[in-house]
Amino acid sequence: MNNSSEEAAATAAAAAPATAIPAGQSGTVVRSTVIRRLFKNPLGIVAMTILLAVSLLAVLAPVLAPFDQNYANIAKTLAAPDSVNILGTDSAGRDVFSRLLYGAQLTLLSALLCAGVAIAIGLPAGLIAGYYAGKFEAASNWVVGILMSLPGLIVLLTIRAAFGPSVWMSMIAFGILISPSYFRLTRTAVQSVRNELYVDAARVSGLSDLSIIARHIFSVVRAPIIIQTAAIAGVAIAIQSGLEFLGLGDPTKSTWGVMLSEGFKNVYLNPTLLFWPALAMALTIGGLVLLGNAIRDALEDGEKIKPRRTKAPVTVPVAGRAAAPAARPSRKSVAAVDPGTEHHLVKVTNLGVGYPQADGSIKKVVDDVSFHVDRGEILGIVGESGSGKSQTAFSILGLLPDNARIVAGSIQFDGSYTVAPGEEHVSQERLSKLRGRRISYIPQEPMSNLDPAFTIGNQLVTPMVRVLGISKAEARKRALKLLTDVGIVSPERTFNAYPHEVSGGMAQRVLIAGAISCEPDLVIADEPTTALDVTVQADVLDLLRELQQRLNIGVILVTHNFGVVADLCDRVAVMQNGRLVEEGSVRDILRNPQEPYTQTLLASMLEGKEPMSMLVSTGQKEPVA
Amino acid sequence: MSPTESAPLLTVDQLVVEYPSKKFRAKPFRALTDINISIGRGETLGLVGESGSGKTTLGRAILGLAPVTGGKISFDGKDISHATRRDRRVLSRDLQVVFQDPYTSLNPALEIGDILAEPLGVQGMEPAAAKKRVKELLDQVGLPADAIHRLPREFSGGQRQRVAIARALALSPKLIVCDEPVSALDLSTQARVLDLFLQIQKDTGVSYLFVSHDLDVVRHISHRVAVMYHGEIVEQGPAGVVTTDPDHPYTQRLLLASPVPDPDRQEQRRADRHRLLETQRMQHEQAGALA
Repeated sequence: MNNSSEEAAATAAAAAPATAIPAGQSGTVVRSTVIRRLFKNPLGIVAMTILLAVSLLAVLAPVLAPFDQNYANIAKTLAAPDSVNILGTDSAGRDVFSRLLYGAQLTLLSALLCAGVAIAIGLPAGLIAGYYAGKFEAASNWVVGILMSLPGLIVLLTIRAAFGPSVWMSMIAFGILISPSYFRLTRTAVQSVRNELYVDAARVSGLSDLSIIARHIFSVVRAPIIIQTAAIAGVAIAIQSGLEFLGLGDPTKSTWGVMLSEGFKNVYLNPTLLFWPALAMALTIGGLVLLGNAIRDALEDGEKIKPRRTKAPVTVPVAGRAAAPAARPSRKSVAAVDPGTEHHLVKVTNLGVGYPQADGSIKKVVDDVSFHVDRGEILGIVGESGSGKSQTAFSILGLLPDNARIVAGSIQFDGSYTVAPGEEHVSQERLSKLRGRRISYIPQEPMSNLDPAFTIGNQLVTPMVRVLGISKAEARKRALKLLTDVGIVSPERTFNAYPHEVSGGMAQRVLIAGAISCEPDLVIADEPTTALDVTVQADVLDLLRELQQRLNIGVILVTHNFGVVADLCDRVAVMQNGRLVEEGSVRDILRNPQEPYTQTLLASMLEGKEPMSMLVSTGQKEPVA
Repeated sequence: MSPTESAPLLTVDQLVVEYPSKKFRAKPFRALTDINISIGRGETLGLVGESGSGKTTLGRAILGLAPVTGGKISFDGKDISHATRRDRRVLSRDLQVVFQDPYTSLNPALEIGDILAEPLGVQGMEPAAAKKRVKELLDQVGLPADAIHRLPREFSGGQRQRVAIARALALSPKLIVCDEPVSALDLSTQARVLDLFLQIQKDTGVSYLFVSHDLDVVRHISHRVAVMYHGEIVEQGPAGVVTTDPDHPYTQRLLLASPVPDPDRQEQRRADRHRLLETQRMQHEQAGALA
C-alpha cells in the first residue's frame, strides 16, 4: 500500500462530509496510517533505533572491528579498556569490541534463520489447514501436538550431540520446534475469513484456490506474522545464547552466547566481560519485544485521544440557587428543572453529543435535539443509520462510550436532571439508581444480549433480587409469571433453558420480560424487531402494545421502519444527520410530512407503489461521502 | 423485455441439498427438499421466506457454494449440478452473485478498482482493457470514476452494494443471484439500489433470482414469486397474485404481518391478521380432530 495515496484518500474521505453537511453532525473522523502511528509511539521509535543500530554495527563489523574475531594477543589477556582495545580483552587476549561486533552478525543471522525456518514450515501449513480444513488439518494437528509436547532443550542437546556444535543446525532445529506457533496463528486467522462473503464471491468468479489464498487470505495473516516474528527472533537469541552459555556453542565462532560463557568463567577476574554481551542481548531482545508491541498497538488500538481539560470547573448553575435559596449549593446537589416541565417523564433539551478527535476538535453526532415523552405515551425516533438516533437513546440511558461528551443541552427524567445544563458527562451516580429500576432497555440483537453461560431464568431472577430486594423464590415466581405474560407457552421450560436453546423471537420476548420485570416507568427500545422475521415482528409488536397499555409506561422506540411506527407510536420524531428535522403526531407526520427529508423517506416505502417502477429519479450520481 | 421465452435460462429440478451432520452416523441435515423452479431470460424470480427457510441455500446451490445431494440444476441448457472449479470459471461469465452484506462481501484490503478487475482478470482480460471496463462499470452503477483507488471502508453501505453490483455485472452475465441485496440498507438507499437493479435489467436483459425476506421488496422487483417455508417451495406464481392474494396459509400470514405506514390502515391490517390467525388455528384444530 502506497502510504501517500492512502493518506490522500483518507483526507479526501474525511473532508467530504464536512463540506457536504454544514449543520448537524460536524467535525471529521481523523485517521492515520499504521506506519505513522508506529513512528508516533515513543516505544516504537526507541525499539527501531536500537535494532537499526545493532543491525548496522553487525553489517559493518568487518569495517569497524579493529581486530579479527579470533586474533589473540597472549601478552595482553584480561586487559582493562585502553586506546587499542576500547572494551578490553578476554582471557585469550582477544579484543572484546571486535568479538562483540562479529558476534552481533552471527547472533542476528541465526535468529533470522530460526524465524525463517519456522515461517517456512508454519505459514504454508497453517494456510492450507485453515483454508481446506479436513484431513490435512487433522493430520497437521497431530504433528503440531507431537512437536509441542517434545521437551525443546533436550531435543536441542541431542542435536548438538549428533551434529556437532553448529549454530545453524541448532537454530534450524529450534525453528522446526517453534513452527507450531506460526501454524496455529495462521490457521486461526484463516479460519476466521474462510467463510467471508468476499471469498465466496471470488469462488463464484472462478478464481483458483491458490489465487484466493494469495489475494484474499494472506493479507489477513501478514500483520500477526510480523508481530510473532519479532517475538520469536528474541526467543531464538535467548535460547541460542543459553545453549552456548552452557558451553555447547562453537568455540571457534564469536557469538554473544560464547562471550557470555567466557565472561562467566572469568567473572571474578574481569566482570565487564560478562557485562558487554549481556547488555547487547538485553538491548536486542528488548528492542524486538518492544517493536512487536508497538506494531500491535499501531494495528489494533484506536486513536489515543487526550481529553482536553475544561478550564472552568462545572459549577452548580444559577438556576439551582434560585430554585433552592435556603440550601447552600453543595458539590453534589443538582439544579432543579425548569418549572412547568416536571410532569414530563423524560425531557431532552437542546442535546448535543460529540466525540473528541485526535486533532482536538469534536465530532458532533447529535446536535440540538429536543423532545419529551410522557407517561403512557410511545414516541418513535425514526432515522437512517448514522442519524444519531441510537446515540440519543443511549444518552438517556447513560450508556454512551467513555470518550463521548455531552457538548450541549440537558436531559431530565421525572422532574430531575440526569444531565444538567453545562455538564459534560451523564452522571452515572444519578443514572445507576434509575437504570434497571425506572428506565429499562430492549436491545436490537436479542441473542447477543443474553449471556450464553447462564440460564434464562437466572438472568431474569438476579436483577429482580438485586433491584427489588425480594427473595429468590419470590423472584422466580415473578419471572415465570412474566414469561407467561410475554406469550411464552411453556414458561417453565424456557426458564430453565440456555439462550442458545431458544429462537430469536423467543429471546426477544425474554428480553422484553426482563425489561418490564422491575416495573419501569420508561422503556427504551432500540430497533427491537429489526433482527426478527416479519411474522415474529408482528407478534412482538402486539406484545409491546399490550404491555405498554396495561402498565401505562412511557416508551421511546428507535426504528427505521415506518410500518412499525404506524403500528405502535403516538408521536414521531424524525432525525437526520444528528438533527431532529420534524416532530409531530403519528398521523400528521405519516400523512402530511412537511420536511423534504421525511417526504423522501416516506416516498422510499414500497407499500402501494406500482411494481417495477422507478422509486426515485434515476440517472443522477449518488453523492459520495 | 418480455419475461417468457421458449427455453428457460435456469431450471432447477427436484433439487435436494443435505449437509452432513457433525455427529457420528447421525442423519444429515436436509436444507432443501424437492425444489422446482425456472427462470426465463430477462425475468426476475423473487424468492421469499423467513430466516432458516432455505432461500439463501437455494441461491448458494445454484452458485456451487452448497452441496447438491439430489436433483438437477440446468443453466442455459447445460447440467451444472456438479460443475467443477474449471467449469465454474467458464460459467462465471454468465452466472454472478450479489450478497446481502456489503460490509463483508468486499475485501477490506483491496482497492475498488482491484475488486472490480478480479473477475475480468480471471477471464484473461488485459489490464488496460480491464481498467476501461471498470470505469464503464462504475459509471453504470452511478459511482464516480475516482472510486477506483479508494478502499471499501471509505464508502457507505449503499455505495458498497453498488460496488458489489458492479462486480457482478463485470462480465455481462445472464443471471445474477441476489441474496438479500437490500436488507442491510437504509430505506432511501434501498429504493435507489432497487431502481438500479431495475434499470440494469432494462438495459441489459439480465435475469435475477432475487432472494429476500421482505414481501414488499419482492413484489416490487419480481415478475414471478416463489415462497419458501421449511426448505420447501409452498407457493409459486405471478408476483401480483402471490403477493396480494396468496393461497398458502404461511404466505397469508406473511402478507398480513408486514406493517403499513399508516396508523389507521395498520390497525385494520392488525385486526385482519388476528382474524386470520384465529381462523388458521381453528382449521388446524379441526384437521387435528379429524386425523
